[in-house]
Amino acid sequence: MKPAPFAYKKARSLDEAVALLVEKDARLLAGGQSLIATLNMRLSAPSLLIDINGLGGLDGITVKGGAVEIGALTRHAQAERSDVIAKQAPLIARAIPHIGHPAIRNRGTLGGSIAFADPAAELPACLLALDGEIDATGPKGKRTIKAQDFFKGLFETALGPQEVLTAIRVPAADNAARVGFAELARRHGDYAIVGLAACARANGKGLSDVRLAYFGVGSTPVRAKKAELALASGNIDAAIKALDLQPHDDVQATGKVKTHLAGALLRRVAKQLLEA
Amino acid sequence: MTDSAFDISLTVNGERVRERVDARKTLVDFLREDLALTGSHVGCEHGVCGACTVRVNGEIVRGCLMLAVQCDGAKVETIEGMSDSGEVADLQAAFEQRNALQCGYCTPGMIAAAQDLLRRGGVPSRDEIREHLSGNYCRCTGYHAIIDAVEAVAQARAGGR
Repeated sequence: MKPAPFAYKKARSLDEAVALLVEKDARLLAGGQSLIATLNMRLSAPSLLIDINGLGGLDGITVKGGAVEIGALTRHAQAERSDVIAKQAPLIARAIPHIGHPAIRNRGTLGGSIAFADPAAELPACLLALDGEIDATGPKGKRTIKAQDFFKGLFETALGPQEVLTAIRVPAADNAARVGFAELARRHGDYAIVGLAACARANGKGLSDVRLAYFGVGSTPVRAKKAELALASGNIDAAIKALDLQPHDDVQATGKVKTHLAGALLRRVAKQLLEA
Repeated sequence: MTDSAFDISLTVNGERVRERVDARKTLVDFLREDLALTGSHVGCEHGVCGACTVRVNGEIVRGCLMLAVQCDGAKVETIEGMSDSGEVADLQAAFEQRNALQCGYCTPGMIAAAQDLLRRGGVPSRDEIREHLSGNYCRCTGYHAIIDAVEAVAQARAGGR
């Protein structure tokens, strides 16, 4: 199918983008790798597309005060090639090859993935696992939102109707940081049936501060807090038993299958976390 | 303040093009309908099948997931351009020799994606080839012949240096 008609405006500044969002049913166009697909299928029919691709200063990867900051318009492919991401945000480095395919990663943006908040997407779960932050700018200025307060529901975030996500931040990894990532998809690059993004701190031969964020098992990324505690005590089997996810059936798998797969992924990810 | 039709100016396969396009027109529809470059195919129209793969500013993209209006000022290359320049002649020959196509619908996208991998240099493993082509559906061949063809070209190019 083809998109329904819409108006189009290339924003020349962040302020202009915020101002244009006043229009009813206006949408931001960043990488467009989800938005244009929904336009083509007429699942969405905005009145106005505000193209922010030309805005300067919204891409780039920097390290500031112990955190890695990634501009919203950073393309997945750009992050995939980044030494800073590889060394200081290794969970994101592990997740990115699972996002779509090369042609998708050349266009799709990290900010777009977070703002779209697909429940089966990789990056929202990474941000939750890493206890990351989101910067947004709106009519009242700039604010920072913790990842745990950002993902509100199915494709629903804490962003206001006139707010633009400008950057995400995660703590820079040090020598004690451990990360793990695994997902199951029918085809490499497709949305996950179930996935798991995890981080922890090495503590002697064991782990502490384990954070497990599952995706594809609910309307938002979900922490498995009981399993985190069990894994920190070193017992992988107990951690799998302690999983208290309640995935619903969807087009890809039944909730029961997803629960089983979540356990299988935990075993793989625990192994990654325990490897130095 | 806003409009829904735009004058765009871009380079397509080395030629300067100026056209007026509706904002809602995708890049692949623009190439096919306005420029009669029908080598880029329209399959799923939502970014899953890869039949519309083209290069924009040197990087492969989904022609169905970019708007023509976004390509103002861009350098676009389609299978016609890659074919005419001889850049993918060896891939095309290998696809033919190894039965890596039957109906041919996916082939322009496959060749564009394969060339994107091979022009990075080196000889990728079969797994790397599979991964790079994972966003391109083929409903005829079962993929093995395609991987064979891409691998053979990678080896030939490496040996030829």
